[in-house]
Amino acid sequence: MKPQFEKGGRLSKLHSVFDGFYTFLFTPNETSKSGVHIHDSNDSKRTMITVVLALLPCCLFGMWNIGYQHALATGTADHNLFSLFFFGFWAVLPQILTAYIVGLGIEFVVAQLRGHEIQEGFLVSGILIPMICPVDTPCWMLAVAVAFSVIFAKEVFGGTGYNFLNVALVTRAFLFFAYPAQMSGDKVFVNLGDTAAVDGYSGATPLGQLASSQSGLVDLTGVNGDILSNADLFFGLYPGSWGETSTFCILIGLCVLLISGMASWRIITSGVVGAFLMSVLAHNFATDLYPVTYLMPLQQLCLGGFAFAIVFMATDPVTACRTNTGKYIYGFLIGALAILIRCYNTGYPEGAMLAVLLMNCFAPLIDYCVVNANINRRLRRATVNNQ
Amino acid sequence: MNISKDLGALINPLSKDNPVIVQVLGICSALAVTAKLEPALVMTISVTAVLAFSNVIISLLRNTIPTSIRIIVQLVVVAALVVIVDQVLKAWNYEVSKALSVFIGLIITNCIIMGRLEAFAMTNRPWPSFLDGIGNGLGYGIILVIVAFFRELLGSGTLFGMQVIPQWWYDHGYQNNGMMILPPMALITVACIIWVHRSKNKDLQE
Repeated sequence: MKPQFEKGGRLSKLHSVFDGFYTFLFTPNETSKSGVHIHDSNDSKRTMITVVLALLPCCLFGMWNIGYQHALATGTADHNLFSLFFFGFWAVLPQILTAYIVGLGIEFVVAQLRGHEIQEGFLVSGILIPMICPVDTPCWMLAVAVAFSVIFAKEVFGGTGYNFLNVALVTRAFLFFAYPAQMSGDKVFVNLGDTAAVDGYSGATPLGQLASSQSGLVDLTGVNGDILSNADLFFGLYPGSWGETSTFCILIGLCVLLISGMASWRIITSGVVGAFLMSVLAHNFATDLYPVTYLMPLQQLCLGGFAFAIVFMATDPVTACRTNTGKYIYGFLIGALAILIRCYNTGYPEGAMLAVLLMNCFAPLIDYCVVNANINRRLRRATVNNQ
Repeated sequence: MNISKDLGALINPLSKDNPVIVQVLGICSALAVTAKLEPALVMTISVTAVLAFSNVIISLLRNTIPTSIRIIVQLVVVAALVVIVDQVLKAWNYEVSKALSVFIGLIITNCIIMGRLEAFAMTNRPWPSFLDGIGNGLGYGIILVIVAFFRELLGSGTLFGMQVIPQWWYDHGYQNNGMMILPPMALITVACIIWVHRSKNKDLQE
């Protein structure tokens, strides 16, 4: 089958499609013909698969949580693990398929047009995108947003590895600004299906409840009106964008990423430190005007999309800082900004998305300053020695 | 020869030498007034009028203006014309005048106008200058109208304030794209126009 796709073969136009599937399914057996080359088996396909593996706990838990929130909201007594999981699975399957078909479709077409190889970058983005959106996002909106971000955030800059903004977050930002009614508020985060909700039902996320609270600190409640404990917040038993509620599962993913060396511990550590310090600061100056500031620092770290963003988004090696010093600055600012936006801008209940996107823009500048500072330092040392 | 040159002054700015997408001037107002078609059209007419008449006036004065104070003279002429346009709009179309608010006044600072006065009117006779003004105003206007067309259609579902997206789309879950109303999408729309334009005119590609 392969010769038909080689140069001059009948289907040579589809060479990159064939190549993409071929290397995805088999290990290529070509070896370098000249000179000495050292090949690491860790190519970008394996990197992407590792990240997808790290996402798996969040993903599976998220699906179960959709079913669980649905059961709570509608008062269903059936709490069977598998029926809850499959309820969530069927709810999000169309979204995942939409994201992959649209995103990969555009990547394939562009790769054909330019004669490039197909890159694997979208393998991760495709699963990330549904995970950071509310469960009720209509598929056509997702398709529009994915098309927009793949074309304008990625392909126009040269494709995978050249994008300066995180594609998944651009998708979410596009959805957030284009269709605000579908992306925030208390209607979209719980999939009710056709069933009516129980009395006292509220589909608002904890951060949404706080941001719209008129009377300062309120007790955070689950969908059926029960008060959420800190353990609930940590394990993620509350409504939200379905992939990012469980800090526990994110920690499992974090371990996978750190052990395999995919994510930078510098970014994550400094990000958590930044968010913690900002939360302490906000907590010390808590006011009724900005109710989110009443949250304890550890609650801030567990709630909303912050943990997910700092582990899976901020560490994206393409859009983050390259230099080690830069990574500390970059991570710290993401953490601090995420909490700052979350606390003091009531229009945006969650600031992690905007913080990461903003710092993506500044990452090259930070790198530039770090590199130049290093050059100057060494220059100074060199000139002193010469005298 | 002379006629073709005049014609060139009128026609070139429409595509090959477009002030917005080739010279990248006047972007600010292209972002600000293009959320709806009607203000975009009024803005086009206003800019074209100011540009054409200021070109003619400066071209008539070009031999008497001392070089050292020419910018001031140009500004006075443009400012006077802008005030006239502003007053006419307020008298005849108050609603649109409200919608455009400061942007009519800001025509004074539109780089296209100063650019054409400096580059063309100071060295050419009145009639070509007039054509050049009309051409550049229309070249600016074409882009404005195209951008406004897409922004109003996708952002509000209307054209010139009339509903064009049928109601049953909304009933089946369609929603207007709120981001099209925001200025960033105007920038991206302009970028798309430049993209299409450059791929048609290969000689303009850097």
